[in-house]
Amino acid sequence: MSDQDIALMAHLMRRAGFGATRDELEARVANGYEATVEELLSTDEQEELNRDEMQRFHPWTWRPGTLPGMGAAEWLHDLVNTKRPLEEKMSLFWHGIFATGVSKVDHYDDVMDMIVKFRHKGMGDFRELLLEMAKDPALIFWLDNNDNHADAVNENWGRELLELFSMGVGNYTEDDVRDCSRAFTGWTIEPKLPRGPIGRHDWFFEYREEDHDDSDKTFLGHTGNHNGEDIIKFITDDPACARFIARHLYSFFVADEVQVPAWSVTPPRDPEAVDLLANTLLNNGYDIRTTLRVLFNSDFFKNSRFERLKNPTEVVVGTLRMVGGAEFPAPGIGDLSRQPNYMGQDLLNPPSVEGWHTGAEWINSGSLMRRVNFTAELVGDVSRPGIRNMVDRMIAKGDTSSEAVVNGALDLMGPLEVNPESHVELVGFVAEGGDFSWKSADDIEKSTVRVSELLQLIVSLREYQYA
Amino acid sequence: MTSTKKDPVLVVFQLSGGNDYLNTVIPYANPIYRDARPTVGIAEDRVIKVDDHIGFHPEMGPLKKVYDRGDMAIIHGIGYPKSPRSHFRSMDIWHTCEPIQLGTEGWLGRATRDLDPGKENVLTTVSFGPSLFRALALPGTPVAVVDDLDNYGLLPGITEKEQRTKILDRFARMYSPAIGSSAVMDYMGQTGLDTLEGADILNKAPGMYSSNVEYPDTPIAKKLKGIAQVHMANFGTRVFYVDHGSFDSHSNQNGMADKLWKDVSEGLDAFLDDLREHNASDNVSVLMFTEFGRRTHDNGSGTDHGAGGAAFMFGDAVKGGQYSEFPSMKSEDLEQGDVVPNYDFRGLYTTILEDWMGLDGKPIVDGSFEKLPIFA
Repeated sequence: MSDQDIALMAHLMRRAGFGATRDELEARVANGYEATVEELLSTDEQEELNRDEMQRFHPWTWRPGTLPGMGAAEWLHDLVNTKRPLEEKMSLFWHGIFATGVSKVDHYDDVMDMIVKFRHKGMGDFRELLLEMAKDPALIFWLDNNDNHADAVNENWGRELLELFSMGVGNYTEDDVRDCSRAFTGWTIEPKLPRGPIGRHDWFFEYREEDHDDSDKTFLGHTGNHNGEDIIKFITDDPACARFIARHLYSFFVADEVQVPAWSVTPPRDPEAVDLLANTLLNNGYDIRTTLRVLFNSDFFKNSRFERLKNPTEVVVGTLRMVGGAEFPAPGIGDLSRQPNYMGQDLLNPPSVEGWHTGAEWINSGSLMRRVNFTAELVGDVSRPGIRNMVDRMIAKGDTSSEAVVNGALDLMGPLEVNPESHVELVGFVAEGGDFSWKSADDIEKSTVRVSELLQLIVSLREYQYA
Repeated sequence: MTSTKKDPVLVVFQLSGGNDYLNTVIPYANPIYRDARPTVGIAEDRVIKVDDHIGFHPEMGPLKKVYDRGDMAIIHGIGYPKSPRSHFRSMDIWHTCEPIQLGTEGWLGRATRDLDPGKENVLTTVSFGPSLFRALALPGTPVAVVDDLDNYGLLPGITEKEQRTKILDRFARMYSPAIGSSAVMDYMGQTGLDTLEGADILNKAPGMYSSNVEYPDTPIAKKLKGIAQVHMANFGTRVFYVDHGSFDSHSNQNGMADKLWKDVSEGLDAFLDDLREHNASDNVSVLMFTEFGRRTHDNGSGTDHGAGGAAFMFGDAVKGGQYSEFPSMKSEDLEQGDVVPNYDFRGLYTTILEDWMGLDGKPIVDGSFEKLPIFA
């Protein structure tokens, strides 16, 4: 098993999931790269999460919702413990596009239902997903389509459907926005029951024929008495839609793109890659799974190591998976779920329908501080099983020189690639304590403390912020 | 130029989501307003009248007090040509002053660079937003982003003093610019170093502050209080940034706007009082803006995205009153159902940059635009 194989597998697992422990990487390398891609794509063959403990100890997760939820705590726990990492990764992907927030919806269960839909449909036919989203109660309320009436058109959903969910600015006119909105009149939610003493009731989609504008509309050049389904067909028949989704996939899985509003005037970073993904979508009935298979097996993917900045969820979940010890839904999972928020990504509550600004825009002085502080605290805890495992591997290897210990730690933490200047600092820091010794229990204890300090410095590195 | 000896300070208050001009500065005497807004129109007896033509939203009482003492300016019909009606594109235009091309440099990023060309103070600009707004972005120019002033610091978990010094020393060296690294690495490097330097200063601000002014218990008031604390601690901060929202009132507009304007008005009023109580108000001006106004006609519950809007300025140095003109609401004068902007926002920026901050506005806003005599 070569170091290169491990490094490539670590790359795949960071991107298609939220990282993996060294034990898992070694097992997957033994299995092979393409076989691992297939395994990740075959989500149904992986075990579903066991929710028994969650439901037993956190009755607020029971559905239909009775108790006010604890925000994203349940989802964060799923993200950390899932056996279907790509399924959760795709849920995060779609959540960033169909960005819907409790700030307005005011009902975590309904936003969480969107995540459940992403799990079920997020790797299938995008056209079905888009239609499902047009009928999603939380999204309808978020974008006011319940106030889009035959005699009083509300453009919110119609505009964002085109601008942010399917085509992007520059591929339609203001008249298209108007008539797209008219086609979705009557797509609403059942009357909401008043809020009960212990929470909101679930919402349901409802189509009201009598509130649907039945006159002719002209959308992308097609004139007729269109309904919402027709609009979604016209949108997805347009190659602009495939390019839009392809570019999102590229930016999320391969390398950071400019922000979405700039796409109409800035060509893709790798136009050939985006074309390949767009054509794969168009030629395969918008099947996301097929497109992901092409993506993960492509050279442009394999060569994109550390060309994306981790989003806050990747920082939090990836580090938790690495250090371990978060399998049991212990008290405090609510606080844990707020960590991505402190770094600028409030799960289930994006700042607006645009979703989050990504790439370098994740980083500012406040968010960088949060990233460093949170991850350093976790890796500094030598009682965590993942850290314990790293120390055990170091003991077994028995390296004593500072240089060898630093290299060993960087390898186990990624493998991470760091620039030579940082490497000098890491070795210099460790060398202040002299050589390591792993002979007696006392030696091991002292060396372990020094390793934990080294790990804290490693997660503070800029390089750790890359996926 | 201002006559004060203290350095002028600008607070930018962003109303995110597109605040509805016509229900904030209400043309209550105009019959077109009544006709256009059967649902969200505000009854004349609830309007806080400013003159015979316009009045404020009913929750803006505290700001009317500021207006009456001559410390609030209303800038009518602000915007730019060819309003795109997209939140994100519109906000980008306000942030970058680039209505045609897509800009990446923020106008306040450029202002920060000109205020502190030697980058001597990492706290020249401090944002209390959750993210680094594009208005503040300029590669190489430090901006401190604060979410919680009390817990602002790196690696607080390492408490042993000597070890902490050692590890932070290594941190600083690891974040130093490396030859041949990428732009993003450079950006993160600078951000890390600025954070390290700023943290030790900023987290002292709350301890240096005491006040008799009670702020309301709202998120926006908490941020404004943070601004007051940093301003009064005299760290040399010249630009503050804060945002509140969402003002995207497609539906249920009236209840939503009541809460938003109550929080904004009460929070800002407390902030201005706090500064006045501490003799720290004479060198502070506040700009309040939003990315666009909303459609003239309501949609039966709220209002959709529009074009022309209103901006406001507050402060001792601000010459209160109304600037520019209320755009015509006659149907033949509307564009796609929206009032047409008649004053370019870059003129207001130039006014602030030149007549308040003492900078050259032209290179920052990329052109020459008509100024307003707000600081005359």
